[in-house]
Amino acid sequence: MKSFGVTPPRWAARYGPPVLVFAGVVAAWEAYVRAMNVPAYILPSPSLVFETLFTDRATLFPALLVTLKTTFGALLAAVIGGVGLAILFTQWKWVERSFLPFAIVLQVTPIVAIAPLLLIYLEAPAAVLVCAFLVAFFPILSNTALGLASADRNLVDLFKLYRATRWQTLLHLRLPAALPYFLGGLQIGGGLALIGAIVAELAAGNAGKGAGLAFRISEAGYRLNIPRMFAALALISATGIAIFAALSALSFYLLSRWHDSAAGPER
Amino acid sequence: MTKPLVSFQNAGKIYKNGTVALAGLDLDVRGSEFLTLLGPSGCGKSTILRLIAGLDNLSSGALARGFSLDRGKIGFVFQDPTLMPWASVFDNVFLPLRLRGSPRRKATTAVEEALALVGLASSGRAFPRELSGGMRMRASIARALVLRPLVLLMDEPFAALDEITRFKLNDDLLALQGELGTTIVFVTHSVFESVYLSTRIAVIAGGPGSVAAEIAIDAPSVRGTAFRTSSVYAHYCAQASRALQGAKDEDLT
Ligand SMILES: Nc1ncnc2c1ncn2[C@@H]1O[C@H](COP(=O)(O)OP(=O)(O)O)[C@@H](O)[C@H]1O
Ligand SMILES: [Mg+2]
Repeated sequence: MKSFGVTPPRWAARYGPPVLVFAGVVAAWEAYVRAMNVPAYILPSPSLVFETLFTDRATLFPALLVTLKTTFGALLAAVIGGVGLAILFTQWKWVERSFLPFAIVLQVTPIVAIAPLLLIYLEAPAAVLVCAFLVAFFPILSNTALGLASADRNLVDLFKLYRATRWQTLLHLRLPAALPYFLGGLQIGGGLALIGAIVAELAAGNAGKGAGLAFRISEAGYRLNIPRMFAALALISATGIAIFAALSALSFYLLSRWHDSAAGPER
Repeated sequence: MTKPLVSFQNAGKIYKNGTVALAGLDLDVRGSEFLTLLGPSGCGKSTILRLIAGLDNLSSGALARGFSLDRGKIGFVFQDPTLMPWASVFDNVFLPLRLRGSPRRKATTAVEEALALVGLASSGRAFPRELSGGMRMRASIARALVLRPLVLLMDEPFAALDEITRFKLNDDLLALQGELGTTIVFVTHSVFESVYLSTRIAVIAGGPGSVAAEIAIDAPSVRGTAFRTSSVYAHYCAQASRALQGAKDEDLT
């Protein structure tokens, strides 16, 4: 719809307030630090954090790359493992009965408690990857399994009426019906994979090459390099937001033509 | 008289949880007729359709079919359109053919013909959510017809539609049957709809379900507003209402 006169365009009405609030908070922070002369080792100003991102880029961005690789590697493994196991669950009840308890045990045990053990058995990078995988895996598995099981009962009957094979029912009915559920699980799993990677990196605390962002944070902490801690933290947050936004966009793209969750309020 | 297409003899159905849905059901479906099952909700009408389609099995008695339960001999239309929301109208109607292994290109003609039959020739590329309730139901009927079934089973297909849409679909359904000669077993709890559509009505009494009365509608096969406003129609409606009332009173005693 076209808007006239004083009515702001729709995107401005929608994105204006959150952007303004964010800018306001950053400005207030900056103003406070300057006005009170707060030393940088207590609270760095946003401009200093931003500057540090640039000056320390040789340390921070390779670390970001390491963390990103771990996160996406773990997420990919969780998707393959979670969807694969969910399919096995719906095809054979005994698989579900035998494997679900293990999945639940892994899910309810805090990852910080498992990480030290994994670090004994595995090289640090592998242990970090496994930790991130473990936390991302369960939401993808359980959401996909729920989705596969919740295909419309009448459609299931229709497939039966037309003598569809198990494979056809899976391919043409259960998998598409599970897609919105899977995408929901993927969004949760994407955020958790990052958290799992960070937690495991902190537990691993390995130095030198192959150190991720979390290691840079604790390292900067020992040296009381507070601006760098903030800069690394900002990178982690930005990564989390980017992952969430990318998965939301993927979900919207895949579902926009058919699912209520992706449709606008008007129809 | 020719052999019936479907024949229930003293049929009973008890669900796993102990619900007795049908008992002592005797019912024939004859070739090319429009048979309506009329009855209160919960009396077992859907159960009868599911048994005919082979989606469920009898607990007692016998059910004979004059055809093999091969793919494509039966079309089924549910109360909800039951379309796959992720697939276009074309792909939804294509489904029965796809499940038989027909490649898409070879099936195109059949799908387009089925869409044309229900008046959706130009909506193949639309997605179900983009259609009105009536059009979704049309798509559902096209899917049921795409394999040209011998028997079309319809379970309260128009119950959720507004009256104007329902009247239009009623007329279109009769025209379709005239054109294809398909046998139709139609479930409704509307007396008026049952009289308007049928060549025969079986009034089903509940608790457990069995046939309480059969009413043959002796009226020309081409119907319309003239029929809807005729005294013959009013007479049959009164008769069906009484039979339905009688079936209910029977339940109460
Ligand atoms: N799968 C089922 N399990 C147990 N009871 C059922 C099932 N399906 C239907 N029933 C029961 O059987 C009776 C007949 O149901 P149904 O055939 O659906 O009736 P109608 O279609 O006439 O409303 C009802 O009492 C219903 O609750
Ligand atoms: Mg029913």
